[in-house]
Amino acid sequence: MTVAEKAAATPSSSTPKKSGCLDPLRRLFSSPKSLSSATPRTMIGVSAPTSASNGTASKLAAAHAAPGKVLTVDTINPHVRTAEYAVRGELAIRSEALRKKLQTDPDSLPFSQVISCNIGNPQQLGQPPITFLRQVTALLEYQALLDPANRDLVQNLFPEDAIARAEKLHKAIPALGAYSHSMGIPAIRESVAKFIEKRDGFPANPEHIFLTAGASPGVQTVLQTIIANDHVGILIPIPQYPLYTAAIALNNGRAVPYYLNETGAWTLRSAEVRRAVREAREQGTDVRALCVINPGNPTGNVLSKSDMEAIVSLCYEEKLVLLADEVYQTNVYYPADQPWHSFKHVLRSMPIEVANSVELISFHSISKGMIGECGRRGGYYECVNLDSGVLAQLYKLASISLCPNVQGQLAVELMVNPPQPGDASYDLYHGEMTGLFESLQRRAQKLGAALATLEGVECNRADGAMYLFPQITLSRAAVAAAEAAGKAPDAFYCLALLDATGVCVIPGSGFLQNPGTWHFRTTFLPPENQLDDFIERIGAFHQQFMDKYRD
Amino acid sequence: MAMYSRTAVANLLCASTASLARTPLAAPRLLLPAVRSLHASAATMAPRKRKVFTYENLNPHVKQAEYAVRGELAIRAEALRKTLDSDQASTLSFDKIVNCNIGNPQQLGQQPITFLRQVSSLLEYPALLDDRNRDAALKLFPADAIDRAKTMSKAIGSLGAYSHSMGIPAIRNSVAKFMEQRDGFPANPDHIFLTAGASPGVQTILQALIAHDQVGVLVPIPQYPLYTAAISLCNGRAVPYYLDEEGAWTMRADEVRRAIAEARNGGTDVRALCVINPGNPTGNVLSKADMEAIIKLCHKEGLLLMADEVYQTNVYYPKEQPWYSFKHVLCSMGGDVAKEVELVSFHSISKGMIGECGRRGGYFEVVNVDPRTIEELYKIASISLCPNVQGQVAVDIMVNPPQAGSESYDLYNTEMTHLYESLKRRAEKVAAALNQLEGVQCNRADGAMYLFPKITLPQRAIEAAEEAGKEPDAFYTLALLDATGVCTVPGSGFLQRPGTFHFRSTFLPPEDELDGFIARLSKFHKEFFDKYRG
Repeated sequence: MTVAEKAAATPSSSTPKKSGCLDPLRRLFSSPKSLSSATPRTMIGVSAPTSASNGTASKLAAAHAAPGKVLTVDTINPHVRTAEYAVRGELAIRSEALRKKLQTDPDSLPFSQVISCNIGNPQQLGQPPITFLRQVTALLEYQALLDPANRDLVQNLFPEDAIARAEKLHKAIPALGAYSHSMGIPAIRESVAKFIEKRDGFPANPEHIFLTAGASPGVQTVLQTIIANDHVGILIPIPQYPLYTAAIALNNGRAVPYYLNETGAWTLRSAEVRRAVREAREQGTDVRALCVINPGNPTGNVLSKSDMEAIVSLCYEEKLVLLADEVYQTNVYYPADQPWHSFKHVLRSMPIEVANSVELISFHSISKGMIGECGRRGGYYECVNLDSGVLAQLYKLASISLCPNVQGQLAVELMVNPPQPGDASYDLYHGEMTGLFESLQRRAQKLGAALATLEGVECNRADGAMYLFPQITLSRAAVAAAEAAGKAPDAFYCLALLDATGVCVIPGSGFLQNPGTWHFRTTFLPPENQLDDFIERIGAFHQQFMDKYRD
Repeated sequence: MAMYSRTAVANLLCASTASLARTPLAAPRLLLPAVRSLHASAATMAPRKRKVFTYENLNPHVKQAEYAVRGELAIRAEALRKTLDSDQASTLSFDKIVNCNIGNPQQLGQQPITFLRQVSSLLEYPALLDDRNRDAALKLFPADAIDRAKTMSKAIGSLGAYSHSMGIPAIRNSVAKFMEQRDGFPANPDHIFLTAGASPGVQTILQALIAHDQVGVLVPIPQYPLYTAAISLCNGRAVPYYLDEEGAWTMRADEVRRAIAEARNGGTDVRALCVINPGNPTGNVLSKADMEAIIKLCHKEGLLLMADEVYQTNVYYPKEQPWYSFKHVLCSMGGDVAKEVELVSFHSISKGMIGECGRRGGYFEVVNVDPRTIEELYKIASISLCPNVQGQVAVDIMVNPPQAGSESYDLYNTEMTHLYESLKRRAEKVAAALNQLEGVQCNRADGAMYLFPKITLPQRAIEAAEEAGKEPDAFYTLALLDATGVCTVPGSGFLQRPGTFHFRSTFLPPEDELDGFIARLSKFHKEFFDKYRG
């Protein structure tokens, strides 16, 4: 903060007079004459007790809402109330209740276990962790294991290259128990930069890489920073991963939807994005960023290079920050006909005025791919062509939460820097990765094919990611029954599926969809040896549901 | 949660489009936000610069937020550390940076608690728990660590899976039992949220609380800058109340009342009171009588009480200054007060003798909070999926350590006791040394990890600071860093009474380096004062 900025801060009557040292408070106190306070802060579509109310009025409102309590659902931040996150919403909460019921009374339900296909959480469904990753993290947790005095004993339990790797990391990170650099441990950011360079064929700067506790906190931080006022719009795909609408709602921004092309394998058409930009701007929305999920969630689409170039050009022309969610970059099942490219690679391959100006932030995670270390919370984002002042602000924001958890950072290191051919662990590592990859591919195909045989169901192939997003044509009777129950028709279908089979999926309305169409998202993560049974249960339920509600 | 009745974007978008997203009969496919206000188009009309994501364009609340603990001093210390690693090292008059700007004990050589790390290690690599490897594992790990890891492995299911968004149920049960034992009052595991350290919990609560830009949150001065930073990010108002430096930094209910009255008169909707106990940066431990007065005040004034209790085991004079949890004091008061005052209390694995900062683990408990608010907090937690499982595991071990009679108990107890006694010795020694310095007054640290001495700076130093465009105490601490490599935080980062200057230093440098540390600091101080003496 400069002295000039301090001088510009308006003193407030309620701050103590004469203070060289209260500037941060003074700024908090002074109503900042910023964009956001110059215009009404009222949330779109929500009548919030916000800008218009003075203190007394809102207190009265609070008192009226729930006598005695300060923190009620009516008095909390309206943006918190508005945010929705269907992946862990009604279906997930109900499935939790059913799971509890099965624990206390195993015979009370028509199924013996709840299968959570609502979330890409592979290890919950029995996927084993990558051995090398866990060996190195185990060695780093307990330093006695790296003590030369214990070497013989440790070698009985751990391969040599895991020990060597742990020793190397231990040197780079002497104190695992200390707060690290807020952007992440420098040595790990260097590994990430090397990984990106090798993947893309273009240099990466470790100082432009932020390690995070999974991709989600990174997306939230970036959106918090971009959304400067309540007119800022962020383009999001429909269907989308609900993190985006939730984070935009929390930050009081505007989600600007563009539709993916379901009949064209869910691809992204830049003409549709242009339509969305134009219409939003005409109506006063300050569209500043475009979110792209590639491979797609929930759609499984993998973008072609030419589509990506068109998107980058569009960002250049329309002055949009490109937010690239690339967490499924290794879940690409037809690499020969649908290869995955990073946006960084495509951007840097374009003409220099585009390559050096389009602002790109790309996100990656340890939770997906074949690693699947969801619970550990690890990930990173890379900033390309970003203003250095913005980088400093992102660094400051990261520092307020001190640092991403070190165990997650370690896993990022092991993801980007795995065992190499010739290493003691290479064969096992390679076998685990290939086995998992092929199994995911088989499961995607098998489940996709099975869903497509069901009455009124159409399902695109998953070229990538971990999900299928079938469209279901529901009868008028089913839609009417849903309305009578106060549910969206696809939510009604999914709740019935859960109650009948224990299979938890998410209705398309949680991801948003073309009006008048109905979908659900399911992962294809149930273990292969349970897949036939899984398919059979869904099939039987579907038939009964269709029969029950036939027009 | 009415997820089914109004979809997410429907809520984000205007009311008329809301119905489109879910009604099959809706005609136009126009799913765009309608014009909201007359102010709308200014932003789009303005000529656009080449870059979109510029400093000027950023969320102003992000720009306003300040976090001095990792601010100018810390960034400069980082640069100096790089210089030390380069061939320019000889240009500096010290050979290492001592980070006393942040309570980060293991960075300064504090050893981790062995049992915690043993269990964590065993959980990481399931082969270690395999019966076939038991003999080999027993040569490296004590049996009770293996047993504990097995129990936890069963309770967790898979370490690599997203857990429940509020935290693993079995661990929340452990936390509830720990609090019941600590406080003598029941705790509900469904009112406990595990978090990645205390900081994200504080940020979540403030985000939920600050409903509009007139909401005020009472913060102590001096405060831990997380509070002002988070309030600023949420576009709320920090309402300062002053701690009493002459009274060992205690908190006076009268002063809080003054702050509330003034803020409310000025149109601020004061909704919560933050208390840090033991105090950061002050080290004060509140008396039970003071805590009762604070709770009554919250009851009378309709305030949510946010109790930052992360230093609850860093209490160095437990006989004269015992620490009580606000939960205990609240429940002990009985009557309407015990049933009505809303309390959120925070705890962490980063402090105490555990000091597992990098792992990020902690929890908050909500007491007397509206169940629907709890649902909203759960939803917010779910957007980030779950707190990291390794941090959750450490919370379990913190609240449920080896018990007397178990194989690891003696080692655990020795580690905890030695660390505790060493911290206490260091607190006393550094404070005594600081009090020897010209113009320095330093209260004893009854708790926490910090000293917050007041420095009366020579007028010429204040002038020199002004000329350099720095706060006088920032000027002093920058000079200290440049001369000695010791990184502290100026009092202006924590806020302080106008016209007074302080700095915060941890007392965490290792005991065998403490004499050198004190000598460097004292030498610098004398030179600084000599240079600027009037």
